Amino acid sequence: MSTTPNYESATTQGPEAIADFSENNNSMINRVQHALHVTPSLVPLIVLVLSLIIFGTLLGSKFFSPFALTLILQQVAIVGIVGAAQSLVILTAGIDLSVGAIMVLSSVVMGQVTFRYGLPPAFGVACGLACGTFVGFINGWLVAKIKLPPFIVTLGMWQIVLATNFLYSANETIRSQDIAKHAPLLQFFGEKIKIGTANFTVGVIFLVLLVIFLSYVLRHTAYGRHIYAVGDDPEAAELSGVNVKAVLISVYMLSGLICAFAGWALIGRIGSVSPTSGQLANIESITAVVIGGISLFGGRGSIMGMLFGALIVGVFTLGLRLLGADAQWTFLLIGALIIAAVAVDQWIRKVSV
Amino acid sequence: MKKLLACTALTMAAMTGTAYAGEVSACLITKTDTNPFFVKMREGAEAKAAELGVTLKSYAGKVDGDHETQVAAIETCIADGASGILLTASDTSSIVPAVQQARDAGLVVIALDTPLEPINAADATFATDNFLAGELIGQWAAAKLGDGAATAKIAMLDLGISQPTVGVLRDQGFLQGFGIELGDPDKWGDETDPRIVGNDVTAGNEEGGRRAMENLLATDPSINVVYTINEPAAAGAYEALKSFGRENDVLIVSVDGGCPGVANIKDGVIGATSQQYPLLMASLGIEAINAWATDGVKPEPTPGKDFFDTGVALVTDEPVDGVVSINTTEGTDLCWG
Repeated sequence: MSTTPNYESATTQGPEAIADFSENNNSMINRVQHALHVTPSLVPLIVLVLSLIIFGTLLGSKFFSPFALTLILQQVAIVGIVGAAQSLVILTAGIDLSVGAIMVLSSVVMGQVTFRYGLPPAFGVACGLACGTFVGFINGWLVAKIKLPPFIVTLGMWQIVLATNFLYSANETIRSQDIAKHAPLLQFFGEKIKIGTANFTVGVIFLVLLVIFLSYVLRHTAYGRHIYAVGDDPEAAELSGVNVKAVLISVYMLSGLICAFAGWALIGRIGSVSPTSGQLANIESITAVVIGGISLFGGRGSIMGMLFGALIVGVFTLGLRLLGADAQWTFLLIGALIIAAVAVDQWIRKVSV
Repeated sequence: MKKLLACTALTMAAMTGTAYAGEVSACLITKTDTNPFFVKMREGAEAKAAELGVTLKSYAGKVDGDHETQVAAIETCIADGASGILLTASDTSSIVPAVQQARDAGLVVIALDTPLEPINAADATFATDNFLAGELIGQWAAAKLGDGAATAKIAMLDLGISQPTVGVLRDQGFLQGFGIELGDPDKWGDETDPRIVGNDVTAGNEEGGRRAMENLLATDPSINVVYTINEPAAAGAYEALKSFGRENDVLIVSVDGGCPGVANIKDGVIGATSQQYPLLMASLGIEAINAWATDGVKPEPTPGKDFFDTGVALVTDEPVDGVVSINTTEGTDLCWG
């Protein structure tokens, strides 16, 4: 009983390294895994560059021209804008199946307010934007306050909004020529800026600016970090003082607003206001998000990745068409890409355990 | 369960049949109640039913392709003791057993617009001759181009990759009318004529029309003839051509004859369209049901065809020799939607 127990001696007896997690840290694979974990948009970027190179080699200048490349941008503009909305929701570990329906309803509201009620086009646009935001608010409120699963809420809302769209519009198209004559503002997003043989539309520029703006907000503002936190672990976020409900509601509202902008851009692209368009925009936007490396489980991924994901789909679609392949092949390859993207996502996640 | 339902339906049909003898009632079942084509069809049926004193009940699927609701509607009509059913089927082969059930219960079933598979599963089919509709715009386009038809560059904007019958008939009709040798007439895309730049699919709407047109223009910018499955697809294709500055030197032809489509012909967006008549299909259908209920006479198909042809007219403001057409003023009077 003379000496105090020497606890310290235990440390000298055991092996030097008790729990070494850095075993393979230097191997190539692990470094790649780590790099991808830090920058999740790297995978889609690599795939995008590779697919550009492959189609460029196979098709030459037909594909690798400013004309064809900016055409791809025009073709993905709508899906890209809707995809930005979808990204925000998915980052909170939610999903929004109603994006396409909100887009179409908003465009119909813009058209009908202008043409059926004869109000100024600017007011019509404002009504459309408000309509999208409002539908987003209902989604957010049901998810955050009533605690219904986002999948169910937006599945229901998808049907409700589509039905409203058809009932309200009587499925009547407003013709491009009438819009051009009486309310050119509605076609604003279709305006073109020509640089050589490259064609940029306002819609494309809007998409790029939107993605840059959102990725800044997500990375560098408190609000953006809160979105990630809510998606990663809502309880932990709540405990650290994040108002989870307010964040969720605001994200769905923002998503609705962005979809309404997509509806405006849609009028610019197809010229007319057509209640039958955009039926598959929800699936296409989820495809872009998943290929873009945003985790469906929330809290990880970047909006840049979504843009690359949308572009990959665009490059494959046009590239395969130019190669003369049957349209079926495009769907088949995109299906394979989706599964590959999620497999990569699962693999990257292991690094964070 | 189904059998039980059918039995109850049969008994009820027998009972109500005797109870309300003398009063004719009919059912109209459409794919959706939102598409202007079907809205017009219902209006036509309602007007004719009111005129003949026939009681009409209308049913519709929730969306295009909603098969279940249509089956339920047929069962309701049998139970209701209707004399006949006018049907535009969403799923043309799966609906056949339900149709047979109705026929067994003594109802006359008339397919409108969309033939069933097989076509004789219904008592009669009142429809547009879609092949002829295609042929008319093909002949018109070839005549319009004159000598240029031999060197034309044609874009084919079709409906969907599953190649629905209506789309195939219009496509193949157009090619035949234009003077292009067909491969298998039951599918599109197997022709070898170098004048065809390519086929792409549009889903029959503006967005799809624009994308398909862009894709084909990227394949070959010298396209000067565009066939489109319907007028919304044509409007989308026109937007694409406009963005390439090609809207004035490309000939677009289409099928449908909806009011916005006819207005687009007037504005020079579309060159010509083949107009079909949903209103006529429905009113003829009601007359046929009335004839069946009162005299027991079933409608006969048009001689030489396996369906009753409700007619098709070429609408254009630039008539050509050898193809009968009506102008947009007449087309507007007859248009639907």
